[in-house]
Amino acid sequence: MTATTHDDAHHHEAGYGGLRRWLFTTNHKDIGTLYLLWSLAMFLVGGAMALVIRAELFQPGLQVVDPYFFNQMTTNHALVMIFGAVMPAFTGLANWMIPLMVGAPDMALPRMNNWSFWLLPFAFAILLATLFMPGGGAAGGWTMYPPLMLQTGDAFPFIIFAIHIMGISSIMGSINVIATILNMRAPGMTLMKMPLFVWTWLITAYLMIAVMPVLAGAITMLLTDQYFGTTFFSAAGGGDPVLYQHIFWFFGHPEVYILILPAFGIVSTIIPTFARKPLFGYSSMVYATASIAFLSFIVWAHHMFTVGMPLAGELFFMYATMLIAVPTGVKVFNWVATMWRGAMTFETPMLFAVAFVILFTIGGFSGLMLAIAPADFQYHDTYFVVAHFHYVLVTGAIFAIMAAAYYWLPKWTGHMYDERLGQWHFWLSTITVNVLFFPQHFLGLAGMPRRIPDYSVQFADWNLVSSLGGFAFGLSQLIFVWLVIKCARGGQRAEARAWEGAEGLEWEVPSPAPHHTFDTPPAVR
Amino acid sequence: MAQAQGSYYVPHGSYWPIVGSVGITSLVVGMGLYLEGSTWGPYLLALGAAVLVVMIVGWFGDVIREGVGGLYSDQVDRSFRWGMVWFIFSEVMFFGAFFGALFYARTLSVPWLSGADPETSRYIWDSVVLNWPTAGPGNTAMEFEPMGPWPLPTINTLILLTSGVTITIAHHALKANERLRLIGFMWATVALGTLFIGLQAYEYYEAYAHLNLRLDTGIYGSTFFMLTGFHGMHVLIGTIMLAVITLRCMRGHFRPEAHFGFEGVAWYWHFVDVVWLGLYIFVYIL
Amino acid sequence: DFGLLNMTEGVTESSRQIYDLHMRIFWITVVIGLVVFGAMFYSMFRHRKSRGVKPAQFHHSTAVEIVWTVIPLIILVSMAVPATRVLIDLEDTSDAEMTVKVTGYQWFWGYEYMGEDVQFFSRLDEASNRARQLGSGIDPSSVDNYLQNVDRRLVLPVDTKIRFLITAEDVIHSWWVPDLGWKKDAIPGFVNQTWTVIDEPGVYRGRCAELCGRDHGFMPVVVEAVAQDEYEQWLAGQRGDDGEAARTAAVDGDDAGARLAAR
Ligand code: HEA
Ligand code: HEA
Ligand code: CUA
Ligand SMILES: [Cu+2]
Repeated sequence: MTATTHDDAHHHEAGYGGLRRWLFTTNHKDIGTLYLLWSLAMFLVGGAMALVIRAELFQPGLQVVDPYFFNQMTTNHALVMIFGAVMPAFTGLANWMIPLMVGAPDMALPRMNNWSFWLLPFAFAILLATLFMPGGGAAGGWTMYPPLMLQTGDAFPFIIFAIHIMGISSIMGSINVIATILNMRAPGMTLMKMPLFVWTWLITAYLMIAVMPVLAGAITMLLTDQYFGTTFFSAAGGGDPVLYQHIFWFFGHPEVYILILPAFGIVSTIIPTFARKPLFGYSSMVYATASIAFLSFIVWAHHMFTVGMPLAGELFFMYATMLIAVPTGVKVFNWVATMWRGAMTFETPMLFAVAFVILFTIGGFSGLMLAIAPADFQYHDTYFVVAHFHYVLVTGAIFAIMAAAYYWLPKWTGHMYDERLGQWHFWLSTITVNVLFFPQHFLGLAGMPRRIPDYSVQFADWNLVSSLGGFAFGLSQLIFVWLVIKCARGGQRAEARAWEGAEGLEWEVPSPAPHHTFDTPPAVR
Repeated sequence: MAQAQGSYYVPHGSYWPIVGSVGITSLVVGMGLYLEGSTWGPYLLALGAAVLVVMIVGWFGDVIREGVGGLYSDQVDRSFRWGMVWFIFSEVMFFGAFFGALFYARTLSVPWLSGADPETSRYIWDSVVLNWPTAGPGNTAMEFEPMGPWPLPTINTLILLTSGVTITIAHHALKANERLRLIGFMWATVALGTLFIGLQAYEYYEAYAHLNLRLDTGIYGSTFFMLTGFHGMHVLIGTIMLAVITLRCMRGHFRPEAHFGFEGVAWYWHFVDVVWLGLYIFVYIL
Repeated sequence: DFGLLNMTEGVTESSRQIYDLHMRIFWITVVIGLVVFGAMFYSMFRHRKSRGVKPAQFHHSTAVEIVWTVIPLIILVSMAVPATRVLIDLEDTSDAEMTVKVTGYQWFWGYEYMGEDVQFFSRLDEASNRARQLGSGIDPSSVDNYLQNVDRRLVLPVDTKIRFLITAEDVIHSWWVPDLGWKKDAIPGFVNQTWTVIDEPGVYRGRCAELCGRDHGFMPVVVEAVAQDEYEQWLAGQRGDDGEAARTAAVDGDDAGARLAAR
């Protein structure tokens, strides 16, 4: 990715070099690169925490960490992965690709774009620093339910503020994406001609602007309950701990679609390329995305089936949740129909995209099972849920991000990545990730709760398998890191249209994409 | 709509964002230390606030210079508009969380605690009967008076509504290029905003001094102060922005056909106004 | 135990209904999965560039789109109907023959037999507690029912509709015995209700299912279901000195009170 720097340094008018270039940059490609590298770093950090979890769960008994530290790992693993790895990865892709895809010279609000990124390292510095504070970091789960969350030690306000800053960053990033898409399209790039990645991001950005402030509100109330005597979440004062859960999940459920809609966009871009056939049902894809976004606002309490809601509430949230299977199904079927009678090849991006379709769908199926309220009385807060969301998040979001990275690396670096390494990465990842997460379904159904550092012995065998899978999956990711470094430093030169079947404006500019593109808008066919 | 006319102005590198990040970090770390009782907290907090002020002045200074320098095309202008619209939408959702808490407390948790859920009220709260406004079943000994709509909140409503009118008049004046009317009505708007804040502060004083109504007066106090408090903060910010924009009007920064800076603030002001109406109805009247 | 693959059928009518729902939906998704992935794999083998196929260019079909919107909808309805039935059943706590109040504490359970003047705490048993310390060196498999044993079991009669009132003292917990078919959150300041009728005598083990802090993993639930008359006998035994001892201990702070105070 750094290979582009010297090519362009001479016509980089601002004249900032070295570190200052990256600190002060307003260029969407630079910022995109920063986001992507940041995301990779956070993936490793969050993954390292996951490995602490898996190491402790390797066998029954406590061998590695204290239970409280374990809880900190679980909590921070999730926060780092969600806010540090997946969301920034998507924002990085948006930064790099959306202006290229819609034929814009840059993002709409370039200075703010810089700020969106440069808030993140500070926010995460604060978050990770809390792990070293007296009383330890956040340990109440990423959902931070009160009253438990209020038992956090000195770190409490810092956790809240760190999340506030992440939220500000996401909101600004999303505002930028929306302004870019609505205002910066090249003439002729009508809404219904936009690549699906752009469409899914438009809707994602909307979701983010709608729900990040709600999260901010929820944790602000936690803060005031803790320090200023408010009683939002305390029954004695007329509040309710469950109120927090409602507000949190009003954010939290759309959040999980924030983590998957851009992935849908990526897969919808890659499959047609390698099937050499246009995407099937473009407009129904758009409508399905919009429907998912809409439904995502009215299903939140499916995370709360066991809190003791009134029957009518449980029924409503069960039905609404089940409905999401319909638009999501439309997407899956459209992908299969796109592959149908294409002329497929299976380079690494396509492999990841295909694996996404299968494994995400499996995750979706378990989601549908969770949506059945009475059955969720058994599933809730077990490893069955953990298995569900890692299928949609790891083999969903992360796999799509991997696919995107392979797909556009040639555009970013000007070099083809090492296909052999890519294939190794794919096969190792796909096999080990299933060893890692599939047994967790069994564990959950057999009665193993989540968020526990130790378990009774009947769960030992599948945990052992899962942990082995975890270490293997983690190690496999090092191949990817190596591959990216290698690709940035050299390799076979990539053509402008790096993939035979690729469509879209991004492939009309040279590889690597020059520092400035579309200063004059391109012609859109 | 979707055309890039000519070249879009992309600013060169800027150090303001990173300054802002340093400022905000120092601010929140200072705040955190303060909440944890460290003596360092307030200093760090103040430092952060100062850095943020410098950042905002510097950043907006750049934007104003570029705007006045004619670097912004209509398309850039539209980006700003979209930016402002979606920013305001995010603010709406932020208030939504607190309104949601209010509705939940009033329609669900308080009734449950006071008999609608017989087991809860019987076994935990001795069948206490609660009526809104309440400080909750654990605070039944707490005597307080709620803040009614009369007189201050109603006066404040009129003030804000009037300010919505004055700013609109000012806007028309700007479009008609009548400087005197513009500046006069802008100052009037600023004055109304200031008056609102003053009265709101007085209302808080009354609440604390005479009504025994505090932030920790159970769920009523919590929702009351958080909603009106965040709103008050927004009025304060809005008033400062109005003052800045008025000074800019006086300097002749705005042209009748191009004055997004003005409009952005006006939108924000209207948003603050609308939130107040929600507050007036749901917090004070109902 | 590699054989542990599926949800328990449990020992109550509700748990069996839930198991049936679970299996029904599971098989539906398996079938859908087979169809979808089958089509996909077929396509991946047949429609490869290396086999020299020329890609088709179709990209739209309203009819097909409608079909694959409507069919899933119908399938969903076929799931929702039985689910609704079971749910309504599960929420019906009327006509209970006895009531047990369950209170979650950090990190143990309190049980109260309503109207019977019997109440006690139930904690992780000593053997597990020793073995579970970090680096204890004790092999968990050498401990009887490691982490799923308590000092005092909740004894319940079979064939009786038992209502549970569930609440918590400090943070949210969740009371869960898989064999009964459900878990219910214990929320401080509020009381949740649910019910069960246990069909078979036996010992049923469960655990706290909502993250409640450091020792969330160490607050098991053990239910001992016994025949009606046996239960009556047991209950009578509790009312005597035995029960009294437990109660006073609870009031003037053995480590229950101490732990609460130390928070
Ligand atoms: C990317 C993230 C993501 C995605 C996309 C989803 C998708 C879905 N999720 Fe998931 N979910 C999470 C992330 C995600 N989830 C997380 C992180 C949690 C845990 C949070 C926590 O507690 O920490 C969670 C928890 C969670 C719960 C709460 C469980 C519990 O705590 O008890 C529920 C319950 O309803 C649920 C349901 C669903 C459903 C119905 C979908 C649907 O969108 C899935 C739809 C897809 C399909 C169904 C497959 C494809 C469809 C077809 C092939 C069509 C035909 C199919 C049929 C008609 C069956 N999820
Ligand atoms: C996008 C989000 C995301 C991602 C990518 C992941 C990725 C992983 N997750 Fe995570 N996870 C969550 C989101 C995510 N998770 C959430 C939301 C929760 C719930 C938290 C809560 O309960 O509050 C959770 C909880 C959770 C649990 C349950 C913890 C508990 O309940 O106590 C477990 C347990 O196995 C787990 C494991 C893993 C593993 C092994 C990976 C792997 O995929 C990680 C792979 C990556 C690496 C391993 C890093 C790369 C390699 C190195 C750093 C080099 C060193 C490697 C070696 C020496 C082997 N996760
Ligand atoms: Cu109690 Cu978990
Ligand atoms: Cu959800």
